[in-house]
Amino acid sequence: MSTPTATVLKTEARLFGREPGSLFWVMLSPTLLLVVLGLIPSFREASEDLGGRRVIDLYVPVAVLFALIMSGLQAMPPVLSGYRERGILRRMSTTPVRPGTLLTAQLALHAAAALVSALLVVAVGRLAFGVALPGNPAGYLIALLLAVASGLALGATVCAVSRTQKIATAVGSAVFFPAMFTAGVWVPVQAMPDTLQRIVGLTPFGAASEALDTAASGGWPGWAALGVMALWTGVLTGASVRWFRWQ
Amino acid sequence: MTTAAIEVRGLHKSYAGRKVVDGVSFEVGEGEVFGILGPNGAGKTTAVECVEGLRTPDEGLVRVCGYDPAVRRAEVTRVLGVQLQESELQAKLTVREALDLYASFHERPADPHALAERLGLLPHLKVRFAKLSGGQKQRLFIALALIGDPRVVVLDELTTGLDPRARREVWSLVEAVRDSGVTVLLVTHFMEEAQRLCDRIAVLDRGRIAALDTPEGLIRSSGGAKEISFAAGVPVDPAELRALPGAVSVTTADGRTVVGGTDETVTAFVSLLARHGVTAHQLRVTDATLDDAYLDLTGDDHR
Repeated sequence: MSTPTATVLKTEARLFGREPGSLFWVMLSPTLLLVVLGLIPSFREASEDLGGRRVIDLYVPVAVLFALIMSGLQAMPPVLSGYRERGILRRMSTTPVRPGTLLTAQLALHAAAALVSALLVVAVGRLAFGVALPGNPAGYLIALLLAVASGLALGATVCAVSRTQKIATAVGSAVFFPAMFTAGVWVPVQAMPDTLQRIVGLTPFGAASEALDTAASGGWPGWAALGVMALWTGVLTGASVRWFRWQ
Repeated sequence: MTTAAIEVRGLHKSYAGRKVVDGVSFEVGEGEVFGILGPNGAGKTTAVECVEGLRTPDEGLVRVCGYDPAVRRAEVTRVLGVQLQESELQAKLTVREALDLYASFHERPADPHALAERLGLLPHLKVRFAKLSGGQKQRLFIALALIGDPRVVVLDELTTGLDPRARREVWSLVEAVRDSGVTVLLVTHFMEEAQRLCDRIAVLDRGRIAALDTPEGLIRSSGGAKEISFAAGVPVDPAELRALPGAVSVTTADGRTVVGGTDETVTAFVSLLARHGVTAHQLRVTDATLDDAYLDLTGDDHR
C-alpha cells in the first residue's frame, strides 16, 4: 500500500500527461520559440549593441522564463480553480486526506514541468546554437528555483483571487502579458533602456531575467535580484494562502 | 454513552443572517436508513454538511459514532463515507484510478476490485470520469463513499438527474448497502425514493423538522393509509362518510369523491354501500403515498 501523498502525486502526474495542450505549451513551446529565433541568421551574429553578444544568447534565459510563465500562469490556475469549482477539493476533504495534498501535488508537478522545460531550452541552446552553458551553474540553479517559486506563487494567487475557473483563466491571461513583457519576451531586459530596466527589475520575472543573465555570463546573480524574487514568493504565497477558498 | 450512529441536537446554521437550519434534532440508529426529505432550500444539504464536517454549526450538537465532525476530523472521516451533491472528479481520471486513489486515503480500505464488481463498474474500469453516464457516475460515487469501509454513509441527492431505470438500479444498490449493515443517511426530494428506502424520514421545511416518522406513520398521520375514490354523485351523505371508522378526510374535486382512511375504513365503506343498496361508480381503493403526506407537511408556498 503506497502512501496517500505518493498516490495523489502519481495520479496527478498521469492526468498531467493526458493534457496535450499543457504539455505542449509548458514543455515544448519555449524550446520551439528559441529554435524559431535561432533560425533567423542575424540573431546568431554578435552585435555591438549587445556588447558583443548575440540575440540568441539573450533569448535562452527569456525562453526559460517563458516556460515558467506558461506553467505557473497559463497551465496551473485553471487546473486548481477547476478542482475547486467542480467540488473535487470538497470531496477530498471528507476523506482522511486533506485537499491541500492535491494542491501541493499540482504545484510540485508544474514546478517539475517548468524545470524540465528550462533544461531542454538550455540543452537545445547549447547543442543547436552554441549558446554557452551557464558560467555560474550554482547561481543559475538558485535563480531558476527562485523564479519557479515566484512564478507558481503568482499562479496560486491568481487562483486564490478568482472565484471560478473562467475568471482564473482570464486573470491568468491578464497577468500573463505583463509577465511576458517583464521576462523580456518581446525586448530582452538587457536591451531595455536603463530606467525601464530598473523598474522591470523589481518584478519577479524582471529580477529573474537579470539573475539568470548574470549567472549565464559567469557572475553571481546579485543579491538584489534574488531578494526581489524571494520577497515576491513570500508575499504571493502568503496572499494565496490567506485568500484561497476551498469551495 | 451513545449508541446512535448519528446524533444531531438543536442544530442551527445561518448564512448572512438568514436561518437555513433552525433547530434541527434527530438520531439515526446503527443499521438504519434515515431519510431527510424536503423541498429545495429547506436546509437539507446544510444540515448534512454539518454532519460531514464540511460546515461548522452555529449552535447545537452533532456526533457521528460519538465523534464531533467539527473537531475530530480524523476519526469521523474514518467511520463516515460521503457522496456529495454536485461534486465531480477529475475529468480524465479513470474509474480504476479513482478507486485506487480513494482507497489509498484510508488505512483499511475495502477491496477496490470487489467494490467495483458489486457496483457493476467492472466493465468501465478504464473509462474516464467525463465519459461515464449519469448512472455510472453515481455508482462510482457510491463506491467512493464505501471505499473506506465506513460504518455510516451519507448520500445526498443520489438519484437527481437519473432516468427511471438508473434510479431503480441505484436504489437496489442502496438496499444492498443497508443489508451489509452500514447506516445510511439519505437526502432526497423524491417521495418514491424515500418511501421505498427509508426506515424513518425527517421532513424538513424551512430549516425545521416538520415531521419525523416511518413512511407509513407519516402517511397515516396526514391523509390515511388507504384512499377510496369514486365518481361523485353516489347518494351517500358526506357526514356518513366522515363518520366511517378510521376516516380522516373526505374531499370532492374534479368530479370524484376521495375518502382517506385505513383498511377498516374500506371495510366499513363497503358495508355502507351494501346497507344503502347503492353502487359506487369508478370505485378505486389505493394505498396513499408519501406525496400526500409531504404536501400536507411542507408549506403552501412550495406547491
